[in-house]
Amino acid sequence: MACEDGRAMEVRLTLNGKPVRVEVDPRERLLDTLRYRLGLTGSKEGCGEGECGACTVLMDGVPANSCLVLTAQCRGRSVRTIESVDAKALGPMLASGATQCGACTPGVVMTALWVKENPGLRDSHTLRELMAGNLCRCTGYDGIIDGLHAWVESDARSGGAA
Amino acid sequence: MKVHAPATVNEACEMLARAAAEGRTLRPLAGGTDLLVHWPSKSAAHEGEYLDLSGVSELRPLVWRDDALVLGALTTYWDVVREARVAAELPLLNAAARQVGAVQIQSRGTWAGNIANASPAADGVPVLMAYDAGVALRSSGGERVVPLSAFYTGYRASVRRPDELITAIEVPIRSRDVAVFHKVGPRRAQAITKIGVAITRLAGSGADRWRIVANSVAPTVVRCREVERLLDSGARITSAGGFMPALQADISPIDDIRSTAAYRRTVMGRLLYHSLLGACSSVV
Repeated sequence: MACEDGRAMEVRLTLNGKPVRVEVDPRERLLDTLRYRLGLTGSKEGCGEGECGACTVLMDGVPANSCLVLTAQCRGRSVRTIESVDAKALGPMLASGATQCGACTPGVVMTALWVKENPGLRDSHTLRELMAGNLCRCTGYDGIIDGLHAWVESDARSGGAA
Repeated sequence: MKVHAPATVNEACEMLARAAAEGRTLRPLAGGTDLLVHWPSKSAAHEGEYLDLSGVSELRPLVWRDDALVLGALTTYWDVVREARVAAELPLLNAAARQVGAVQIQSRGTWAGNIANASPAADGVPVLMAYDAGVALRSSGGERVVPLSAFYTGYRASVRRPDELITAIEVPIRSRDVAVFHKVGPRRAQAITKIGVAITRLAGSGADRWRIVANSVAPTVVRCREVERLLDSGARITSAGGFMPALQADISPIDDIRSTAAYRRTVMGRLLYHSLLGACSSVV
């Protein structure tokens, strides 16, 4: 299979639990497909170089920077975005000062969700290490880490999100 | 831009062979974390032809042989972080993987891509080289395994022919009594290396036991063979400065956006001295 400029490339993937078929330019980044083709503008572009994490989505269940992924490479993959998240399920994350201006928040939430849903990660990593790919210029991080800590410790009450 | 999407290694090699025969450059693409940086502004790069490996599932697994760990060309840093046996048997791979970006990069970036991209700052390469890794190169004509320490021929240049694909990295499992990795950057997370060093010593009493590999201090990731010889000779080094004459021959750092040649030289000597002070009291 090959695809060139100007010729749409068909990509089938699972997006937020539903099968999706898109026709994209081979140059197109996943972030742009989400925002401009599918109208899912929750994922933000911060740095465009895989540093800030504002565009974080879960690919096959693991955080990835959607600014560094070609949509053409998402064939057969499962992608989950911030739009799949029920805010009410975020528990203590909502009440800890984990967000201020909000630019980093969609990415922070996706990484936090992954941490929450994979308790085994905390056996090998600190919360700060797991969250290191999400830069925030407002909170000083303590609110994010405190909120996530309270959330992962509250398993019985809040359950998994979305 | 043209994207070729093979489903098998054989198909990928045929595509590379055809492109090479026709004088076209076909660039293998794995996780894309180097290529896509500031992608929208790099329209010239879009014009290229790419060999998208993401559908070649046979390249994904990490496999343990009796004598080696074999990383597939699509094995990511995160795959290695999650493999508990790596931390136990080849701990420097775990240490280096955890310091590449953060999980968002670790989950997409591949060891083979790091080798192929050939940056002198490549974070995955020093530890592989310090473990005597070999690079498996496949073409439609056959396969060869090149020692990683002989892979690079100059800045961003390697022995890989245009018709060859890196299909695996073989990391031999040997008993080592010293294993250290240090990365110096502006901060712990999400930083590109100013100076990095991986140090190993084979257990036992033979010659040629030390491996000292550094990144960001030469046009390629580099084995510091004079420092290795100095250590293999049994010399005692009593200060960081004691490494400088050997380092002078081994490394050629430059001033660039991330650091200065003088800083890199100084810190490299101190990294060696303090690493060995902690790991191997018979030397320093």
